[in-house]
Amino acid sequence: MRYIPNSPAEQAALLREIGVSSVDELFATVPREVLRKDPPPLAPPMSEVELRRDLGAMAAKNAAATCFASFLGAGLYAHHSPAFVSQLLLRGEFLTSYTPYQPEVSQGTLTAIWEFQSHMALLTGLDVANASMYEGASALVEAFLMAERLTKRRTRVVVSKTIHPEYLTTLRTYLANLGLEIVEVPAGEDGVTNPAALAAAVDDETIAVAVQSPNVFGLVEDWSVAAEAAHAKGALAIGVVNEMFSLALLKPPGDAGIDIACGEAASFGIPSSFGGPLVGFLACRDGFKRQIPGRLAGRLETPEGPVFALTLSTREQHIRREKATSNICTNQGLFALAATMTLTALGKHGLRETALLCLSKSEYLKAGIGKLGTGKFAVAFPGATFNEFALRCGPPIDEVLSALEKKQILGGVPYARLAPGSGEHEDLLLVATTERIRREDLDRFLDVLKGF
Amino acid sequence: MSDRGNLKNPVLDASRLDRRRGSSSIFDASRPGRRGVLLPPLDVPGADPEALFGALHRTEVEGEVEASEVDAIRHFTRLSQKNLSIDANLYPLGSCTMKHNPRINEEIARLAGFADVHPYTPAHLSQGALELMARLEAALIALTGFARVTLQPSAGANGELTGCLMIRAAHVKAGAARKYVLVPDSAHGTNPATAHFAGYDVKELASTARGTLDPAAVEKAMTDEVAAVMITVPNTLGVFEENILDVTRIVHSKGGYVYLDGANFNAFVGKVRPADMGVDVMHMNLHKTFSTPHGGGGPGAGPVGVGDALVPFLPVPTIEPEGSGFRLDFDRPDSIGRMRTFYGNFGVLVRALTYILSYGQDIGEVAENAVLNANYLRKKLAPFYHLKYDAPSYHEVVFDDKRQAERGVHNIDIAKRLMDYGFHPPTMSFPLIVHGALMIEPTESEPIEELDAFADAMIAIAREAEETPDLVTSAPHVTPVGRVDEALLAREASKAGSFAPVLRAPVRRP
Repeated sequence: MRYIPNSPAEQAALLREIGVSSVDELFATVPREVLRKDPPPLAPPMSEVELRRDLGAMAAKNAAATCFASFLGAGLYAHHSPAFVSQLLLRGEFLTSYTPYQPEVSQGTLTAIWEFQSHMALLTGLDVANASMYEGASALVEAFLMAERLTKRRTRVVVSKTIHPEYLTTLRTYLANLGLEIVEVPAGEDGVTNPAALAAAVDDETIAVAVQSPNVFGLVEDWSVAAEAAHAKGALAIGVVNEMFSLALLKPPGDAGIDIACGEAASFGIPSSFGGPLVGFLACRDGFKRQIPGRLAGRLETPEGPVFALTLSTREQHIRREKATSNICTNQGLFALAATMTLTALGKHGLRETALLCLSKSEYLKAGIGKLGTGKFAVAFPGATFNEFALRCGPPIDEVLSALEKKQILGGVPYARLAPGSGEHEDLLLVATTERIRREDLDRFLDVLKGF
Repeated sequence: MSDRGNLKNPVLDASRLDRRRGSSSIFDASRPGRRGVLLPPLDVPGADPEALFGALHRTEVEGEVEASEVDAIRHFTRLSQKNLSIDANLYPLGSCTMKHNPRINEEIARLAGFADVHPYTPAHLSQGALELMARLEAALIALTGFARVTLQPSAGANGELTGCLMIRAAHVKAGAARKYVLVPDSAHGTNPATAHFAGYDVKELASTARGTLDPAAVEKAMTDEVAAVMITVPNTLGVFEENILDVTRIVHSKGGYVYLDGANFNAFVGKVRPADMGVDVMHMNLHKTFSTPHGGGGPGAGPVGVGDALVPFLPVPTIEPEGSGFRLDFDRPDSIGRMRTFYGNFGVLVRALTYILSYGQDIGEVAENAVLNANYLRKKLAPFYHLKYDAPSYHEVVFDDKRQAERGVHNIDIAKRLMDYGFHPPTMSFPLIVHGALMIEPTESEPIEELDAFADAMIAIAREAEETPDLVTSAPHVTPVGRVDEALLAREASKAGSFAPVLRAPVRRP
């Protein structure tokens, strides 16, 4: 087989050297009744020619965003990624190395992790960030588990219902067996977390309070609402971000009293790839770093210059086992590197300019909807948004999406898709813009809506 | 400069030069006014963020990098040159299955029809993605014998948690969650950590003198308060649990479930179906057995296979056939819920299916050659390194530093010295039941001459430990940096308020 270098003759030579007559002898301690004599029920091996044909046919059945004007977001925003990023990711030294347990032969990976931590800390306005989490929802879970250890013996977590519903479902899944109660605070009529309702939900048993901004409706939330509600009762405040470009234009959570920021950093050039792999992040205040989950790279100044290594690892599962701060081992290394490369290319100016493009296109579309005059569509909530907003649809959403699709537009994500079976907000369509959207796409979108 | 050994590694030497040029981090190299991208022109009226956001407006991300594309490419290329990798080096990191990563997998995963597809694309425009997932599930079922496989978990440890949550849900449905999970003392650290995060207390099972599970000990520990046993096959010593059938029978007789940590599936893929051994639930690390790239620490994917009893508890959504296509099914009332957003690390799933199709029915050759290569190294190294457990090895072999320690040379020294010979070290100090462990997993993708070169290096180091131990204890000598004082770094990192530049770049104000 082409991925096994040794020829049959060489394999035979290895067997002779070992002193056995057949490979079967090496499997002698496998119970006979389970060792299979026949090959598994799979097809014959495929050549690259056949693989390209077979898998290429499946790929061709999907609508790539490159063939449509895509307004899909709802937690995952397909921004541009510089061409060099995907090419450098193919360098074997990045692609085919592993967790940098051995710093002397992993300085490249370690330096990049430290840079990723730096970007996340700077963007969120917090002191320390980890090497990455799987994705946004599990990052929120880890933030709460971390807060639970930091607040000790409290039993309740408070979340705003304007957090992405899949994050909340994930949170319920993980916390169900840990004796922790989840209190969900409904959004106000304006689609934003109600400060009084949030404060009322917090008590002496509260571990932490989480809000998301921009929230699931795209609305900008004021981080200080969660921070004040939490701190009044000695709880921690968690800020969730899943559109990281918003942090180029909006006050960062760390500057507004948030203690732990977490979420999804895939906006920085990570391919959508049907939802994964993405790259979660978690950042916190310096005082909480000993409870941070996952890997952490550190930098040590030496006479020969700075060196990097994983550090504070006594928090981790391979040393602390059941007392570890998390069970996470493999994280999102290569995609944290991709985000780091994208952020390097964007830089301080590109970050802001991209964010302004996203914002301006969204504002243009919102203004256009306001001027439709048909009474069939409206921007659902009045508050400020970044690059996504909720469109209230009079006509059935399926019909709206299908009319847009005929004009090569993926028009948005029905809120109902985020929370199947909940029956909530069934007339809302979440519409997101990125720098990949052109004015003519926006005008075509508006033209289709006019047709209803 | 002290004796730097007589070995040269030209690639790593080149990166030493880079370091002396001071390219330590891109934040250090940032220069005001540089830029690395040109954005499309603003073709709509420019929005005014100050007017829209008021007091919440941020004018600048202070401290962010300013660099050109050339700066970025040169920086990251030089960083890459400071890594060892499978592409260039045998990388025998035990338990991690560092095998060759075929490039066709990368090409396929990058097709726009996979990579540029949003997870909320309407079902009729993403049938190919659902089909791919359904076909991967079917292939994994063919290899494991389970009833269903969820592809959602993000990595092995996440798969473990998925499995434990399903076990818990099944017990709760049957009346009581139970209290304990049994974990052998040789288990991966993720196992006890996972059991804890699933709400269970961990009870440790001692290994026998052969390094395996003792059915009598399992029988004794297995009460009706025990929810499950988490085992690894072959175990972390590379030894097949010969009594696995007794163990699974005992656990089932007390109403418990058997969780199999599939980290070592590479030793028996295509040869043994875990369900046939009585395993109820198992995760598979696609980045190990199915060759998706480790990427310097992920992403992985940890699909979980389950027998009939646990199918109702699978996370949502599952993928179900519908007409001539597929649909996502959220209507599963007993489901544990969700482990994450969307459906899993789809891009990793694409690579894994490509790999499985590449081997097809011949995939058993993977296990055979992985076991063959490990046994060859065992045979060559056994005269020079102590082997605490001498039961037959499968895909990996665990030596230790007992002989060398007599000369003051420990496993860490041997590991560091291997770098001078151009090899990534084995996994060190694991499993915990072997003091001074060196856990070697060559995988099936190493040719005989690389195995010989690695063995020669290990044997040379054993000789150096006898003759010139200082050369070993002061290693490495030709890597981009000398031995890193990790204890000092940990002390620096622990200090209050010392986060910059220890854990991140400082904000440099002009």
